[in-house]
Amino acid sequence: MKIAVCIKRVPDMEARFKIGADGASVDEAGLKFDMSDFDGYAVEVALQLNEKSGGGETTVISLGPDVVQETLRKAMSMGADRAVHLKADKIPFDSFAIARALAAELKVGAYDLILFGRMAVDSANQSTGPMVAELLGLPVVTAASKLDIANGTGTARRELEGAAEIVTFPLPAVVTIDEGIARPRLPSLKGIMGAKKKPLESKPAQLGEPRIAVKSMELPPERTGGRIVGEGAAAVPELVRLLQTEAKVL
Amino acid sequence: MPNVFAFAEARGGQLRKVALEAVTAARTLADAAGGEVHALLVGAPGIGEKAEQLGAYGADVVIVIEHAGFGNYNAEAAAAAAAERIKSGGYRAALFSASAQGRDLAPRVAAKLGVPMAADVTSFEPSGDLIVARHPGYTGKVIFTVTLAASPAVISLRPGAVAAAEHRKAARVETAQPVGDPSAARVIVTEMVQGSSAKLDLGEAPVIVAGGRGLRAAENFKLVEDLASAFGNAAVGATRAVTDDGWRPHSDQIGQTGRLVSPDLYVAVGISGAIQHLAGMRTSKTIVAINKDKEAPIFKIADYGIVGDVFEIVPALTEAVREAKKHH
Repeated sequence: MKIAVCIKRVPDMEARFKIGADGASVDEAGLKFDMSDFDGYAVEVALQLNEKSGGGETTVISLGPDVVQETLRKAMSMGADRAVHLKADKIPFDSFAIARALAAELKVGAYDLILFGRMAVDSANQSTGPMVAELLGLPVVTAASKLDIANGTGTARRELEGAAEIVTFPLPAVVTIDEGIARPRLPSLKGIMGAKKKPLESKPAQLGEPRIAVKSMELPPERTGGRIVGEGAAAVPELVRLLQTEAKVL
Repeated sequence: MPNVFAFAEARGGQLRKVALEAVTAARTLADAAGGEVHALLVGAPGIGEKAEQLGAYGADVVIVIEHAGFGNYNAEAAAAAAAERIKSGGYRAALFSASAQGRDLAPRVAAKLGVPMAADVTSFEPSGDLIVARHPGYTGKVIFTVTLAASPAVISLRPGAVAAAEHRKAARVETAQPVGDPSAARVIVTEMVQGSSAKLDLGEAPVIVAGGRGLRAAENFKLVEDLASAFGNAAVGATRAVTDDGWRPHSDQIGQTGRLVSPDLYVAVGISGAIQHLAGMRTSKTIVAINKDKEAPIFKIADYGIVGDVFEIVPALTEAVREAKKHH
């Protein structure tokens, strides 16, 4: 199968974030970057599908400044065959602007399957995949926690609140990948060496004018918790009293 | 165009709580401009009976589309119906829920309308011609404030962020036809799998009791379940370590890559407080932590902590909560 996986370069979420001088960005100094968690799962799913079918080609696509090429190389060191870099000064917040740029690239690729992570862990909009599908007129399944493809038909499981649904759909299609589907492999040394020679095409992203703007960014108020009521079961009556009289939740 | 559109989410022929939240939020926005709230309700034949309930939460008009093809969630047909109504209605804003269904539906509708959207919004208000909305990102560690210049402003609301409030209107019910044939959708739900602990959903329960590795074994989750049942209005959650080990289903996971919850009360049992877990529950209104390690990070964000053996403390707490509930 010809599979495309759209991936995003994001900061490591374990970091303590600081707001940048403009008040509307995260200060990137000192942050480590990697592909968004869910995108890692999506790359793994693509590789496994093509390994199972014994052929095909996996293309990874990322939009952003030149540094996103590192993320594309990483995906190729995992096993992706080729990469497309859609060059932009920065990655906009506007998912629809990104979706249009990706759709313009994807529509000429004749892919059987287009995968995304369920969401980028930084902007957390969870919108780009289904928007691309609409723009391309393709069926889409979001947040798939299982995915099987056989004879041009896909079967996926989606987790809902307190339930799950099993869906079937025809290819070509767009699927966004949830966690738990497959552990992303670590690149081997051979993979890392090989990735340097794999084709990486860079071209300008066709980003229109974003119509949703980040006005400001803030750190949420710190919780001023940290009150230890006591030790052991002896502290239970005091906890219950506080839940009743102070927190008023019991 | 002072009117506001709200998509009323239903599952299995019942309105979901998030539908009432969306209508409540739409009411507030419409009132600011002297407009009406128009709610769209799609479902299998019979769903129209729920229209009155939407009126009770502030809908002036309920547009009902009944079709057998809407028995399960039918994303393509629901998106087509919503987009057509929003286009013809000339709304200032279109509100969806950032639930599993809404997060699937809203971006499709926005793309059909050719507009961007603000997703998983915790609060929003008009500012002149614009809508200003807040949205948590970076696993809840950063809050974005965004301005939507497009019309309509498409927004999905984080479940629980807006409390559903009654605002009784005698809603006018309009029936409408689906766009195309809903039964001809390409993506088809072939099976619904009900969750094991789905009595109360994590996103809707006012109280969550969650367990971590400190419980040491799957069978010890009985302690957590007993405490939840003592509260009576509680759902059971788990950390990623626990769902990865298969002690609980993946759908119970609370955290960065699982469910994001903000109940009135969150009781963390044997949970150390890894960043990935805190990302999913730090916006809970009151947090209680029970853990044997007094240095555990969970105590830094907990309002109330008890240090000690969960196997001794949790049964005592269960008993005390049961007693407290009896006297109410």
